[in-house]
Amino acid sequence: MDSVSLIGMASVFTAGITIGIGSIGPALGEGRSVAQALSSMAQQPDEANRITRTLFVGLAMIESTAIYAFVVSMILLFANPFWDHVISKSGG
Amino acid sequence: MDLMTIKDISPDQVIFWQWGSISLNATIVFTWMVMGLVTIVSWLITRHLSTDVHMSRWQNLLEVIVDGMRNEIREISQQDPGSYLYFVGTLFLFILISNILSIIPGYVAPTASLSTTAALAVCVFAAVPVYGVIRRGLGGYLRQYIEPTVLMLPFNVIGELSRTLALAVRLFGNMMSGAKIVAILLAITPLIFPIVMHALGLLTGVIQAYIFAVLAMVYIASATRVQEQHKRKQEDRKGEES
Repeated sequence: MDSVSLIGMASVFTAGITIGIGSIGPALGEGRSVAQALSSMAQQPDEANRITRTLFVGLAMIESTAIYAFVVSMILLFANPFWDHVISKSGG
Repeated sequence: MDLMTIKDISPDQVIFWQWGSISLNATIVFTWMVMGLVTIVSWLITRHLSTDVHMSRWQNLLEVIVDGMRNEIREISQQDPGSYLYFVGTLFLFILISNILSIIPGYVAPTASLSTTAALAVCVFAAVPVYGVIRRGLGGYLRQYIEPTVLMLPFNVIGELSRTLALAVRLFGNMMSGAKIVAILLAITPLIFPIVMHALGLLTGVIQAYIFAVLAMVYIASATRVQEQHKRKQEDRKGEES
């Protein structure tokens, strides 16, 4: 197999795997934190504002892990340096 | 999304005008647009400020925004908002306006480019020591790097750098993913569904602007607050001794 198809195959496959596995952890974490925040808000409705604000900040922090995975997979798909190198070398 | 093809990952790749090595890409143009809009609108409004009971509705709007930001900063940092407002509030308004304007067709949010978000994150990275040194003095600021023990020094330095990177990549990833998802959906289900995702993207944009500002405030507060706790602890100790 020549290197162009090898790199293309590896990039597409890795991009899918990256976002697939990378979103499992954040999804579980966000679910846990939202559930916990909802039950705290049910217990203490007066503190709902503070809880919501902290929840949003925390969610963004958790979500950024998934976003890193997404950025990596986007780079693999659309701005892949190895692919560009091989394409420019083969004069395409 | 006509401006960026599906292959362009950031508006940096869309070049409007080129002269020699100087090029004017979409990020710069839209950043200038947002800057100009914010500056001109606030200049127009603050030209005729009144301390009277009767004020223009625009002044009322600005007062609500500024007062809301001051209250948030006060609650988050537990300090007087004073000089934090200028930095954190500017960050918030710039990111907010540039994210919200993406309802205009043909506009690409400058925050969807890693260059813009990296520049904003570097601003936060530079502002933390500035505020810290002003509040606590050079020694006091540097002491927090060896706060529990000297062994923590490398981890504190790494944490400082990695949170700057995280700040940049988080905003970039969120805004870029919003634009990219709409572009991909336009190719698959062209009529209704992209609008729903676009609305979701607007919500994400507002939340991300808020989060960027809150995180900047938290980082600055963590560099400036410790002294007061330290002082309070010392006073407690003195009180116990006497």
